[in-house]
Amino acid sequence: MAERGRVSGKALPYLFLLPALLLELLVHVLPMLVGVGMSLLKLTQFFLRNWSAAPFAGLSNYTVALDFNGAVGGALLHSFAVTLAFTVLVVAGSWLLGFTAAFLVQGQRRGRGLLRTLFLVPYALPAYAAVITWSFLFQRDTGLVNGVLADLHLVGAGDRPFWLLGGNSFLAVLVVALWRTWPFAFLVLTSGMQAIPHDLYEAAALDGATMRQQVRRVMLPLLRPVNQVLLVVLFLWTFNDFNTPYVLFGAGAPAEADLLSVHIYQNSFLTWNFGLGSAMSVLLLVFLSLATGLYLRSRRVR
Amino acid sequence: MNKLGVALAAALLLSAGCTGQSGNGSSPTTLTYWASNQGSSLDNDRQVLQPELEEFTKQTGITVKLEVVPWPDLLNRILAAATSGQGPDVINIGNTWAASLQATGAFAPFDDSALNGLGGAQRFLAGSLAATGAAGQTRTSVPLYGLAYGLFYNKKLFREAGIGQPPTTWEELTADAKRLTHGDQWGLAVEGSSITENAHHAFILGQQYGSDLFDASGKPQFDTPQQVAAVRQYLEFMGTDKVVNPSNAEYGNGTQALHDLATGKAGMVLWQGNAETVLKANGMSPEDYGVAPMPFPQPTPADGKHINSLVAGINLAVFANSGNKDGAMRFVKFLTSAEEQRKLNKSFGTLPVVQDAYQDPAFQSPAIKSFQQVLAGSAAPLPQIAQESQFETTVGGAIKDLFAQIAGGKPVGDAEIRAALSAAQQKMATGG
Repeated sequence: MAERGRVSGKALPYLFLLPALLLELLVHVLPMLVGVGMSLLKLTQFFLRNWSAAPFAGLSNYTVALDFNGAVGGALLHSFAVTLAFTVLVVAGSWLLGFTAAFLVQGQRRGRGLLRTLFLVPYALPAYAAVITWSFLFQRDTGLVNGVLADLHLVGAGDRPFWLLGGNSFLAVLVVALWRTWPFAFLVLTSGMQAIPHDLYEAAALDGATMRQQVRRVMLPLLRPVNQVLLVVLFLWTFNDFNTPYVLFGAGAPAEADLLSVHIYQNSFLTWNFGLGSAMSVLLLVFLSLATGLYLRSRRVR
Repeated sequence: MNKLGVALAAALLLSAGCTGQSGNGSSPTTLTYWASNQGSSLDNDRQVLQPELEEFTKQTGITVKLEVVPWPDLLNRILAAATSGQGPDVINIGNTWAASLQATGAFAPFDDSALNGLGGAQRFLAGSLAATGAAGQTRTSVPLYGLAYGLFYNKKLFREAGIGQPPTTWEELTADAKRLTHGDQWGLAVEGSSITENAHHAFILGQQYGSDLFDASGKPQFDTPQQVAAVRQYLEFMGTDKVVNPSNAEYGNGTQALHDLATGKAGMVLWQGNAETVLKANGMSPEDYGVAPMPFPQPTPADGKHINSLVAGINLAVFANSGNKDGAMRFVKFLTSAEEQRKLNKSFGTLPVVQDAYQDPAFQSPAIKSFQQVLAGSAAPLPQIAQESQFETTVGGAIKDLFAQIAGGKPVGDAEIRAALSAAQQKMATGG
């Protein structure tokens, strides 16, 4: 077959990439741009059917969102702080749990498969089914958590704590998020550990390294690339987690557990102001991009 | 960066999600109908509606695809349908949202000729017909089921406590409730987590205490002394009077308070007339409970109005971009016919919205009569303005938080209530 008249060899790879590029634009870039556009509009119920008729709001949505002395901006800042604390605790906790479990399971021969499967259950369960079960467990009068505490005589009949209201609600959403997230850390760290050749440990052991030293000097440095990716992914997932707080608390989360994604949802859907909600989303996007970018830069990963 | 802002993603997903189940194709022989949850469960609604839909098919040859939408999802689903232009043909809305949704332009107008096609305006109850859109604009919905608030009480618990008559003032209610409160039993049950219930009570009590939620120009004024007093009256049952189980701060799915009434855990509940179906599902028969009008403050506060319910109810609306508007109108006519009004309202424990359905003996019971009188004489419609639904979410949400604080043992007084209502008012200002 003659080559002439066909796509030249140089263009061919790009042609193959084109569908992916178009999809990327369609799935990621376009909605982001639409969001940025929405954030500049006063997009309220009067214009829901015809967005193009919504008046241009300039940066007023951003001014409202960033006016931390006002009711809206103040609540956003509070929600941001809660989310940051939540994310740090969930990421650190998930990594620790995942690492410990992966480390303990890797030496094990018997029952390893079974344990791994068992550990992955929270990750494999549909989010809604898992979290709604937790919300039943956390009910004040009928929940299992208070039932167990009462049986152990840790709480009296009259002073059962609320888990889904007030300060404890932060603890509740933290526990559920940890429970849902750590299996992923376990999974990634397990495969990371398996990739490390056993000879390295043997060599270290011959040189007189203790188990502790083997972990610190051999395992952790070799897991570094895995950890970098894992921490970024866990950070982004947790910071953006919508399902866990939404299913646990419904649309109106208690102030102490007012995570950002539900907060933004509430600001757009419950008050019907999609422009303000979009402005908050864009701010979230900017923060996450900056945080991720800085982290990856500091780790010199490209 | 592969994570997008959540609200944006949610908006897009929701609109995308609704495309999948949209029914407004251009076929003249099918309709999609989103019904609100009126019965004791979604299944119960389906069982009641399905035979009637088949009857409609028999009369007109039009098949109706039914989806019963739970209350917590209904407003969002409607909004998503309005935004995307993809939705059902005919829909149920809470009548308090009528003006808010009218403002979106998503619904087809019912002008005089359309209303005449349904038998004319005079067929409908005036109160219900007033809650179908903003004054001076063409209505975009018509009444379907009528509802009013009342006081439901457990007769057995009243007998045990030696209470002969249901209370008519809040003072009497508190006194009775205190006598009913002992051990695991409480005087009153509320749904403290329900944004809608909280907002309704804030409105009704606000009327009694002489509060106007919006000034003449439509600006919100939620933190007036009158409105603070009204909200305090509602919160005090749990706070200082301690006649409401603090656990009620968690209640919010629309059945928990009624469950407590039916199982004897609570003596009274302030609820809409359709409580009957849920009470029945929880094993309480009509002779075990009594119904009375909601109490008033005594003495009547200055500017206070003799109001003890809102004109509650469900309206029917037709989506403006329905591909089968003709069929949709015929379906509306069918559902508002005397025959269907009798059948459906009987099953759901609601009140017919047309005069000619009341001859049926089913609507002559004392409970129904009581609600009918309230609806006719002492019920006020929520402000029919575009911002109404934002009022519900912001004020209802604020009261939910206040209940949570009380349940958590924090004192909530006038200062806290005023601060919460001021914040709600500020949030309103950033919305529509």
